[in-house]
Amino acid sequence: MGHTIENMLSPYRILDLTNEQGYMCGKLLGGLGADVIKIEKPGGDRGRNMGPFFHDTPDPKKSLYWFAFNTDKRGITLDIETTDGQEILKRLVRNADIVIESFPPGYMDKLGLGYSVLSRINRRIIMTSITGFGQTGPHKDYKAPDIVVWALSGNAYIFGDPDRAPLRPSFPNFSYIVAGVLQATIGTLIALYHREIIGEGQHVDASAQLSLIWPFNAEPPGLWREDGTIVKRQGRDYLRPQVGRDGKTFWVGAPMLWQCKDGDIAFTIMAGLGQGESTKALTQWVDSEGMAGETLKKIDWISFQWETVSQDVLDEVIKDFGKFFMTRTQAELLEGAQKRGIMLYPVLMPKDILKLRQLEFRRYWEEVNHPELGTSITYPGPFFKTSLALDRRYRRAPLIGEHNEEIYIKELGLSKQELLILKQNGVV
Amino acid sequence: MRPFEEVKILDFTWLGVGPLAVNYLSFYGATAIKVESAKRPDPLRHLTPYVKGIPGLERSYYWAHAHPAKRLDITLNLNNPKAIEIAKRLVAWADVVAESFIPGTMEKWGLGYEDLKKLKPDIIMLRTCMHGQTGPSAKHPGLGLVLTALSGYVAITGWPDRPPSGLYGAFTDFIAPLFNAICLIAALEYRRRTGKGQCLDVSQHEAVMHCIEPLLLDSVVNRREPTRNGNRIEYAAPHGIYRCQGDDRWCAIAVFTDEEWKSFCRVIGNPAWTDDAKFHTLLGRKQNEDELDRLVEEWTSQHTPEEVMDLMQAAGVGAGLTANAKDISEDPQLKHYQCYQELDHPETGKMSFYLPPGFTLSKASYERVRPPILGEYNEYVYTKLLGIPDEEFVQLMQEGVFD
Repeated sequence: MGHTIENMLSPYRILDLTNEQGYMCGKLLGGLGADVIKIEKPGGDRGRNMGPFFHDTPDPKKSLYWFAFNTDKRGITLDIETTDGQEILKRLVRNADIVIESFPPGYMDKLGLGYSVLSRINRRIIMTSITGFGQTGPHKDYKAPDIVVWALSGNAYIFGDPDRAPLRPSFPNFSYIVAGVLQATIGTLIALYHREIIGEGQHVDASAQLSLIWPFNAEPPGLWREDGTIVKRQGRDYLRPQVGRDGKTFWVGAPMLWQCKDGDIAFTIMAGLGQGESTKALTQWVDSEGMAGETLKKIDWISFQWETVSQDVLDEVIKDFGKFFMTRTQAELLEGAQKRGIMLYPVLMPKDILKLRQLEFRRYWEEVNHPELGTSITYPGPFFKTSLALDRRYRRAPLIGEHNEEIYIKELGLSKQELLILKQNGVV
Repeated sequence: MRPFEEVKILDFTWLGVGPLAVNYLSFYGATAIKVESAKRPDPLRHLTPYVKGIPGLERSYYWAHAHPAKRLDITLNLNNPKAIEIAKRLVAWADVVAESFIPGTMEKWGLGYEDLKKLKPDIIMLRTCMHGQTGPSAKHPGLGLVLTALSGYVAITGWPDRPPSGLYGAFTDFIAPLFNAICLIAALEYRRRTGKGQCLDVSQHEAVMHCIEPLLLDSVVNRREPTRNGNRIEYAAPHGIYRCQGDDRWCAIAVFTDEEWKSFCRVIGNPAWTDDAKFHTLLGRKQNEDELDRLVEEWTSQHTPEEVMDLMQAAGVGAGLTANAKDISEDPQLKHYQCYQELDHPETGKMSFYLPPGFTLSKASYERVRPPILGEYNEYVYTKLLGIPDEEFVQLMQEGVFD
C-alpha cells in the first residue's frame, strides 16, 4: 500500500484527475516516489482506448498508451459529476498534497471542486491545471486538440516540407506531452517547494501553447523583429538566415537529414570554436576515402564564418558529404562518428533504440511485470540516475478500480455495503 | 518571498539545455552564478542571427532566447589552478552545481562530484549531457539538432510517402531541460526534508524518449514500428492542416465527435456533399479521407485562416490558424499571458522578446531579466561575495585567472 522505501517525493499524495493529455505529469511524480492515485470514470478513462494495444487487442486493459503514461500510480474509479463523487473527492483532498487535472477551464469550478473550494478544505493543497491555452484569456475556451495547439504555437508552420502543408509529429497529444505537461510538472514542484515557505498551496496554471513557444525558438520571432522576415518550413534542410549589413535577410544552408546506404542520418554542419571540430573530423574522414573535393579540403571549419560563406561553396560541401554518406550504412556511420567525435547520429526507429549498446550499458531498460497479461514488458527506465540509493522500482499502470477497496474501505473507512451501493449506482 | 530566493546555483552549463533548465530556478528567485570564460564564451553567444546583423557576444538572438532569467555572469579561466581554487570557494557557497560538459571535464578540473562533496557534503550536482555520465557513448559529442534523430522524434515527423521531414531546429533542446528541472527541483525538495544532497546524472537521450514511450512498448510487444501520418490521426476525420486564402496561409481543423461533425457541416453551410452517406460516419470519412480533405480544403481556401478558426471555434469545433512569427506576435492569448516581455539591454536596446515559463503560479511570480553580459558580475562576485581584497583581485586578473 503506497511506497514504503524512500524516494524524493515519498511523503506526498497526489490525486490525478487528468485525461490522456495530462497523464505524464502523475507518471513523473509517481516515478519520484509520490503516492499518485489516478482517478478514472467508472468503467475506465477514455484514454484507455488509445492505441497501440498489447498484441493489437483493442481493450481498455491493454492500451500501451495507458501503460506507458500511468506507471507508478494506484487507480480508483469515481464519477466526480455526482454529489457522492464530489464528497468523496473532497474527503480525499483533506489528506492529499496535490490535485492534477486537465479538464477545460471552469469545469472543476462548475462541479464545486475548483481551487477556491479545495483550498478551503485543505489550505496546503496544490492544484495543477493543464490545458491547451490556459485558465484565463480570450482563447481559454477554445477547443484544444493537439493539432490545434501545434498550429497556434507557431511550430507547425516551421515543420515540414516546403512543397506541402505545415506539419506536426505523428504522435497523439505530443504538444501536451513534450511541453505543457512537463512544464506543469515543474510548476507543481515549485509550488511544493514554496509551500514550506508560505505554509499553503496554490494553483498552477499550465498552458501547452505557451509552453510550446519555447521550441518555436529564436529565429522565427527574431527575424520577424528584424525586418519582417517570416521563417518558413525547410524540410530536411537547415537554412541559416543571415542578416546582412543592408538589413536584408538572405539564406544559406545545408541538409540536417541525409540519406545513407540503408536509411537516414542526422548531421548538421557546425563551425567555429568548439562546434567546428565535428565537421572537421568528418572532412578528414571523407578525405581519407579520397572523396573530398578541393573546395571542401580548403575549408577551416574553426574559422569558418556563416556570415560570409556563399551557397556555391556549401553546395560543393553538400555534394561531397552526400556522396560519402551513401557509401556507408547507419551503423558504420555511427561507429565512425563515435570514434572520430563527429556529431552524427542515425535516424532511429524504436527497434534500433532498443538495441543501442549505450542504453544497455546504462541499464536503462526495466522489466515491468504485468501479471494480468501473464508476462513482463520492457519499459524505458527512470529518466535520470542519482548517486542516492532511492527506491526506483517501476510499478505497472493500475487496472480499472484496482485500488478501490484499498482506498475507499481501508483508508476512507467506507463499509463494504457502502462501496457496493456506490458501485451499483455508478458513482465508483 | 519567491520560492527559490535562498537557493544558490553555481552554473557551469552552456548552450541550450543546461541554461534552459536553470532558468526555472532563476525565474523564481534563485541566485545563479554563470561561469563563462572570456577566451571561450558560451558558444550560444556566437549563434546567428544577430540583432541588426551586427556580430557581437551580446547580440545573438539565440542567446537572448535562452537567457530571459537572471544570472550573475562571471568569467573564470578554469585552466588556471588559482581559478580552480576560486571555483571551489564558489562551490562552498552554492547549494547546486550544474554542468553540461562532456563527462570527465569536471573531474579534470578537480570538480567532480566526489571533489564537490568534500567542499559541501550536501551539494546537489546536476550533470546533464546527451548520453549520461557513463557508457560507450558518453564522450560522443552531440547537439539537440541530432538528438531528435536519435530519440525517434524525426522518424515520426513527415508524410507517409517520403522520408521524414524532421523537426525545426534543436527541438529536443527544449524538452530535455524540462526533465532536468524536474529532477533538480525534486532534489532540492528532498534535501530540504532530509539534508541530503545527490549527484543527478541526466542523459538527455534517456529523458526525452519518455515522451514516445508507447512507441517503444509497441516495438517491444508487437514488433511494430511507427509510421508517419502527415497531419492525420487514426481515429478522427477531418483532421489536418488545410490551405486558406492568402499566401501560405493555413488552418488546422480537428473533428472528433458526431456533434463536432454536425457543427462543422453547419459552419461550412451544409453543402450537398456533406449529405452523401459516405461522410456521415467516422468510418466513412476515414475510408474517403482523400476526397474529404479535398472538399474541406475547397471551403477553407475561400476563407482566411482567422475566419476559419473563429467560425469553427465559435461552433465548438477545434481549429487553429497555423501561426507564423507575425501571428505569434499578435496572438491575443499569448499576449494575455505576457509571452514576449520587453526588456532593455545596454547593447541591443529594448526588445520585446523574452519568454516566460509555460505556467503561472497563483502565489508566486516569476521574474524575467535581460541576458547577462560577459563577466558582468566579476567584481561583485569576486570582491564582494567572495571577499577577495581589491589588490589581490587585480593581481589575479593580471595573471589571467579571470580570462
